[in-house]
Parts: sequence; structure tokens; C-alpha cells
Amino acid sequence: MSNSNYSSTSSSTHRLIKNKNGSVKRNELRGKVVVYSCAVLIIIATIAITLFLTIKGLQSFIVNGVNVGEFLTGLTWSPSGEGDVAYGAFPFIFGSFSVTFLAALFAAPLGIGSAIFMTEIAKTWGQKVLQPVIEILVGIPSVVYGLIGLTVIVPLIREHSSGIGFSLLAGMIVVGVMILPTVTSISADALKSIPQDIKDASYGLGATRWQTIYKVILPAAMPSLATAVVLGMARAFGEALAVQMVIGNSKALPESITDQAATLTSIITLSMGHTTYGSLHNNLLWSLGLILLVMSYVFIIIIRFISSRRKV
Amino acid sequence: MGNYSYEVENLNLWYGDNQALFEVSMKIPYREVTAIIGPSGCGKSTFLKMLNRMVEMIPKVRVSGTIKYNGNNILENYRAEELRTNVGMVFQHPNPFPKSIYENVIYGVRIQGIRNKKKLDEIVEKSLKQAAIWDEVKDRLHTSATGLSGGQQQRICIARALAVEPDVILMDEPTSALDPISTLKVEELIHDLKDKYTIVVVTHNMQQASRISDQTAFFLNGDLVEFDKTDKIFSNPMDKRTEDYISGKFG
Ligand SMILES: Nc1ncnc2c1ncn2[C@@H]1O[C@H](COP(=O)(O)OP(=O)(O)OP(=O)(O)O)[C@@H](O)[C@H]1O
Ligand SMILES: [Mg+2]
Repeated sequence: MSNSNYSSTSSSTHRLIKNKNGSVKRNELRGKVVVYSCAVLIIIATIAITLFLTIKGLQSFIVNGVNVGEFLTGLTWSPSGEGDVAYGAFPFIFGSFSVTFLAALFAAPLGIGSAIFMTEIAKTWGQKVLQPVIEILVGIPSVVYGLIGLTVIVPLIREHSSGIGFSLLAGMIVVGVMILPTVTSISADALKSIPQDIKDASYGLGATRWQTIYKVILPAAMPSLATAVVLGMARAFGEALAVQMVIGNSKALPESITDQAATLTSIITLSMGHTTYGSLHNNLLWSLGLILLVMSYVFIIIIRFISSRRKV
Repeated sequence: MGNYSYEVENLNLWYGDNQALFEVSMKIPYREVTAIIGPSGCGKSTFLKMLNRMVEMIPKVRVSGTIKYNGNNILENYRAEELRTNVGMVFQHPNPFPKSIYENVIYGVRIQGIRNKKKLDEIVEKSLKQAAIWDEVKDRLHTSATGLSGGQQQRICIARALAVEPDVILMDEPTSALDPISTLKVEELIHDLKDKYTIVVVTHNMQQASRISDQTAFFLNGDLVEFDKTDKIFSNPMDKRTEDYISGKFG
């Protein structure tokens, strides 16, 4: 009796499931098509941008016969000059790298420090107040940072140095402050993802809070923290507007940190409008763009490499 | 040294407004195994974490009463870190650090500032042997501890707790995440360790309590209902509720 009961419910369930299966399959297919086409679109876009920039960026070397070595190491830049044309982009490459590294040097300790404060020391307060504030800071447009730099940092540097205020230092501070929330927010996420039970293990062995942070939490989070800093650097390297507003945009190599300088991005945004399409000057700006692209690939590779070594 | 490692008197504990322990008084004998049993949520872990003051890391916890450890009240003027170097803890889930086996074992010793390489090597070997896992890992001390099996990881965690030479070891359901063979190994280990350590072990497994412990405490809803010799609790409990729990009528 119970046997027949069982088989009857089982067969009705069976039919129900079979019925559903058809619509599930159709939905599945539709979902797949949507998701796949999004993925393909993004891949095509990436490849197209890369190809386009590569072709445009190589024009100056192939069509105009610019020497690659001279382009990368030359110190003088006057691509549209009446007399001698010179196309040494080294000051800008140097400018970009120094702004990036100095900004990271400034933002990494501060960002990781505040992330530790938020996640380990003032937990409730940090997570209720600090975290939202930092997330808002991440979203502030860079031109605002540029404006603040222009009205606060530049005059401050002018007063305390022999320079005019517009300088590498100003660029570094503005970009450093700008990437600080990014670094802090990603670092805080990294620290929060460290499982509570290994922290408990450390406290249980008589470790103090600092010992636990220093010997367990930081080492375990190190790959993610490094990723946070590299992501910040990628953002710093690509930043144009804020830097352009405070760095002075001098085409010569800076002699000190309070000297004016320029970066790849600031030169591109400043000059692109004044050049005619297809001219040597225009092509050279594309080549600068190509350097930016190559560098962003390098940053991505570094991040991939670091995260593949993640332990926890 | 007295006959008791711990003398707990009138211990109350609140998580915010929610009271989790009520007037618990209990004397934990020196170098014996004390088991704590009771249904889920009755306050076993809370009580255990009071003994090394790990509970106070949870926000909004309030405590009243006294806990004397070797005669000194640890709830007044007592450094939690110092207490925890004398009272080791093994957790429900194996929780090795994402470091090598070697680094895991010497973690607590390093914290205390011992750097001498030879001494550290000795401590590692001694602790791993005590935790009955030396033979399994001696050839790979410098590989990651997280790559071991759950049972091996738990014994590494026990070795790590032993390395700081505590006199009490607290274990919160140390075998609940382990298979029967690993469980047996840990139980044998507890048996071997009680010559040298006072052991307090929380367990859900009544057979385990009766196999490994000298006395058993039965908690219910934050009350210590009964605390007696294990034989007595399991054969002839005084309280009706203990009897019901042990015979499986609830829990
Ligand atoms: N962090 C916490 N915050 C608030 N209340 C808690 C917290 N931890 C435990 N409690 C409460 O305290 C009571 C006792 O919990 P405890 O973890 O000590 O129980 P337990 O006996 O160990 O249970 P189990 O056998 O499930 O591990 C429970 O009612 C629980 O809800
Ligand atoms: Mg528990």
C-alpha cells in the first residue's frame, strides 16, 4: 500500500520536473547568448582599442622615421618647431613614473595604515563612519582634486620653496591624495577578508593586538595589499586632469622635486587639440598614448602575478 | 600549587542585554580532564572562553563574579596576554596560520621573544612529538600547514598550543570537524597529555566525554546544572535534567 503511494508521488514529481526542464533549457540558452555576447563585445572592444592605438602609435616611427631610441631617451621636445624638430619624450616618461611612484610612496603607508585602523582598531566606528566617507572620496572627480591642489598645495609650495609652486611635488601630493581612498578601500577589503579564526589563534597564544596585526594579519593580506597599491599606481599613471592643473607642464626634465614637470597624460591632453591629424606632432602624441597603454598592460600583469600568489 | 587550576565563583556573563551564564561556580582540578557537555547554545563555549578571557574581545560583553587561576583572580588586574601564554586553546575548526608547519608551532614562542635557532628547533620537535604528529611531518616542516589534512592540522594546532608550555589547555569541540580515525588520535592525545596539563574540553559527543574525562559538567541555558565525577554523571546523575540529556531525551 505504502509502496504504490510512493511510486505515484514519484511519477508525478518526475513529470513535473520534466516539464520544467524544457523552460529551464530555453532560459539557459537565452542567458548564455546574452552573457556570451557581452563577453565577446568587451573582448572585441579591447582588441580594437589596442590595435588602433598600436597602429597609430607606431606611425611616427614607421611613416615619419622617428628613431625609437631617441624618442624614449631624448631630452628635448619640440615636435612642431620651425627649425630643428626634436622628439625626446624622456622628460614626460620620467614625469609620469616619478609622479606615480612618489604618489604610491605617499599613499601606500597612509592607505594601509588607515585600513588597519578601520578594520582592526576602531572597528565599529571605522566601519560605520570611515568606510562610507572613503567610498565617497573614491568617487570624487579628479578635477576637484586638481582644484584643491591649485588653491591650497601650489601656493603652499610657492611660499616654502624657490619655485613657482607648480611642481612635481604638487603633482605627487594631489595624485597621492587622489589614490589614497582607492588604496585604503581595497586594503580594508583585503584585511576584512582575513578569517577571524586565525586572528583568534594568535590572540589565544598570548599575542597582543599589534603582534597579531604585524605577524598574522599583514603577512596573510600582503598579496592583496600589494594589489591595492598597484591598482592605485595604475590610476595615478593614467591620471591627466588633476596632474595637468598643478604640475606646471614644463617640457624640460625637472631638476628637483619643486621644479615644474610634465607627464605623458598631461602633454597629450594639452597638445592634442593643437595638432593636425596625421602630422608628425599628432603621431608623436599617439606614440605617447601607446606608452600609456603598454604601461597599463604591465600594471595588469603585475596585479595578476601578485594575486596568483595569494595564500589565504 | 593547589589542587585546583581554576576556582570559578558566581560567574555571570551578558552579551549586551542577553545573559548567557548564570551564577556559575565550579572548581577545575589540577592535571585532570574536565569535560563540558550540554545542548547547543547553553554557554559551553562562552564559559570556556572566559577561562582565557577570549570573550572580552567580543564587543558589549559584561562579566561579574570571580575566576581564580592558580589562586589569582584573572578578572582583576591580570594581563590577558600573560594568562593566554599559560592557558592554551584549541578551537573547533583547525585554524593553522597560512605559514609553514615550523612557523606555526613556534609562533607563540617567537611572540615571547625567543630567537635562538637551536632552542626553537628543539621546541618544534618536542611539541610535534607531544602532539603525536612528528613522524608525519618531520620531513616537511617548512611546507605550508594549510596543505595538511584536517586531522593533521588540528594536531599542529595542538602542538602550537603546547609549544608555549602552558599548564592548562582549553579545547572547544576539538574533534567535531574530524573523521573517526583523527578523532581517535586526538582523544588518545588528550589521554596522554593529562599527566602534564589541566585539560578542559567542550564536546557534543557524550561517548567522548565518558571516554576521555575525569569529571563532567553539564550546562543548560547558562546554568551549571551538575558537575561531578564522569562515572557518576553517566551512571547515576543527581539531577533529572542531566539524566534526560544523557539518555538523549533532548538536546
Ligand atoms: N558573540 C556573541 N554575541 C552575542 N551573543 C552570543 C555570542 N556568542 C554567543 N552568544 C549567545 O550566548 C549563548 C551561549 O552561546 P555559546 O556559544 O556559549 O553556546 P555553546 O554551548 O557553545 O553552543 P554550541 O554547542 O552550539 O557551540 C547563546 O544563546 C548565544 O546566542
Ligand atoms: Mg560552542
